Amino acid sequence: MRFRDTLKTSLTGLKTNKMQSALTILGIVISIAAIIMIMSIGAGAQDLILQEISGFGSDIIVIRPGKEPKGPSDIGDTLFSDSLTKKDIEALKKKSNVPELEHIVPGVLVPGSVSYEGETYRPTIFGYDAEFIGSALNIYPEEGQYFTEQDIEMNAKVVVIGSKVKEELFGSAEALGEYIKIKGKNFKVVAILPQKGQVSFFNVDEVVLLPYTTAQSQLLGIDYFQEVLVIATSPEAVEKTVRDIELTLREMHNITDPEDDDFYVLTMEGTVQQIKNILQSLTILLSSVVAIALVVGGIGVMNIMLVSVTERTHEIGLRKAVGATNQDILLQFLLESVSLTVIGGAVGIIIGGSLSMIVTIVLQKFFALNWIFTIPLISIILGLSVAAAVGVVFGLYPARKASQKSPIEALRFE
Amino acid sequence: MRPIIEVKNVKKTYFNDEVETHALRGVSFDVKQGEFVAIMGPSGSGKSTLLHILGFLDHPTKGKYRLDGKSIDQFDEPELAWVRNQKIGFVFQMFNLLNRTTVIDNVKLPLAYAGIKNGEQDELAKIALEKVGLSHRLDHTPSQLSGGEQQRVAIARALINEPSVIFADEPTGNLDTKSGNQIMDIFSRLHDEGHTIVLITHEPYIARFAQRIINIKDGLIASNKTNHKPIKKPISRR
Repeated sequence: MRFRDTLKTSLTGLKTNKMQSALTILGIVISIAAIIMIMSIGAGAQDLILQEISGFGSDIIVIRPGKEPKGPSDIGDTLFSDSLTKKDIEALKKKSNVPELEHIVPGVLVPGSVSYEGETYRPTIFGYDAEFIGSALNIYPEEGQYFTEQDIEMNAKVVVIGSKVKEELFGSAEALGEYIKIKGKNFKVVAILPQKGQVSFFNVDEVVLLPYTTAQSQLLGIDYFQEVLVIATSPEAVEKTVRDIELTLREMHNITDPEDDDFYVLTMEGTVQQIKNILQSLTILLSSVVAIALVVGGIGVMNIMLVSVTERTHEIGLRKAVGATNQDILLQFLLESVSLTVIGGAVGIIIGGSLSMIVTIVLQKFFALNWIFTIPLISIILGLSVAAAVGVVFGLYPARKASQKSPIEALRFE
Repeated sequence: MRPIIEVKNVKKTYFNDEVETHALRGVSFDVKQGEFVAIMGPSGSGKSTLLHILGFLDHPTKGKYRLDGKSIDQFDEPELAWVRNQKIGFVFQMFNLLNRTTVIDNVKLPLAYAGIKNGEQDELAKIALEKVGLSHRLDHTPSQLSGGEQQRVAIARALINEPSVIFADEPTGNLDTKSGNQIMDIFSRLHDEGHTIVLITHEPYIARFAQRIINIKDGLIASNKTNHKPIKKPISRR
């Protein structure tokens, strides 16, 4: 029999049992719709996060002390490692060592709270270069001025505070020029940041910035850094600069084997890759949960196909009597189950796509997120081929059973 | 000329739960090209078993059966399907039409399995339906037709591949006398046109349309006689 005729026969078989067919593929429809949604929303989230990150700048390189954390237990190493010191910074600043270094900013994190006249608040306290942070994130004070290079050199006791910090400590009163206390020491408020909310990795509103030199000498009593930011002259120079930094620091720390590094270098590209990996594993994990649903759907298809084969025993006998080969019958029933699941897959893709679209609209309208609607082509291809595969796998046994029926038995069957 | 059907000492034994049933116990006869033969016998006489063997649907346990000089043993499964498709036309008591499929698609079924192109299928099916007087019913489904009409569709289907033999298994068994007569008229006409027909029935009246009547009893041939005066009615073309 010509393939076209077989296909027509199979589709006619499905059409005559519309309700049954529709119920049978419901499981497939739901599973495929779920896969499409997971992949679509996953891709949307990835886009969103990558947008946010790349806003931060692709020419930024981060150096951290200690070993690169491979698991949660390694993070302590980084926080308490003292391998990055002022001497390292001086070495990195030399053009002969790292020629394409545009700017270098060390930083420390100060645990603790701030207070003003009895009001206490627990913000994130960074010892950094405020001017640099401002220009990197494109944030400028609402009131006052950032502390300067000179303030950093002189260990000036000045702070820049976020809007939430200001509100918690001062309410509506004037804050600029007042002194707040950190660990019992007074710091002069020189600037207040505008309300920005979450930007990149921290909440601008809940931050307190002070010169890193001040944080080291006055608050922490340490001479090392927890993080060093390096800006390369251009995004293209990042790769070479990373290598220069590694070579310089190894020389400074007398390290010959890269395995023994007591620091690690992160680039935005690396971070982007990490986030992609996390989202991808999440997508795979969720998809495998859906795969279970798909198997259940497949069993439903198999069940209904077995019923159909028994119901149509007579038809099978007749077809064999007029010249159908076993293969013709096998193909007819296999095509029936595959058509069933592929139609289910297609409907699932449409439903999944529509739901993702609704989610997108809700996120855009009500959460003002810059969320982009995407249905990855791969998810459509994957959805359809998985559906087809389910049809083949779960249709094969019933189809084989049909094809093996003896024509006389089949004709006799009432 | 070699007979189109040669049956020599054919035996068929069924084994069910270690109980042997001897359906055919040594049957021999020939059917020549263009003959109209009726095989008669009460139910349980083995005539259906014989028809299955003649139609290449079943293997004889012992003995030789040749259709057009070919034995069932020399074909594998797909070849056997091909032989059934090309050499044999079946007409069944229960019509065995596909109920949800249109009349024309039912008739086209053997052509589809022969791998003939769709356009050609339509043409041939229309000609075959014309022969049984149903060319006005192409797009009806079997359930919209009377029993007699359904059987005529089945005959058109049996004719369409121009088979060497038409096997009819109690073709009037489910019909009233009038429709039964119509069906028998069609068989008579097909015989006049040169078709070879083997008809199975338990009704003596129906058997008398044939040229020769073979009686089967308990798996053996009881008689094999020429019918000198087959029933021939002036054929009312519709």
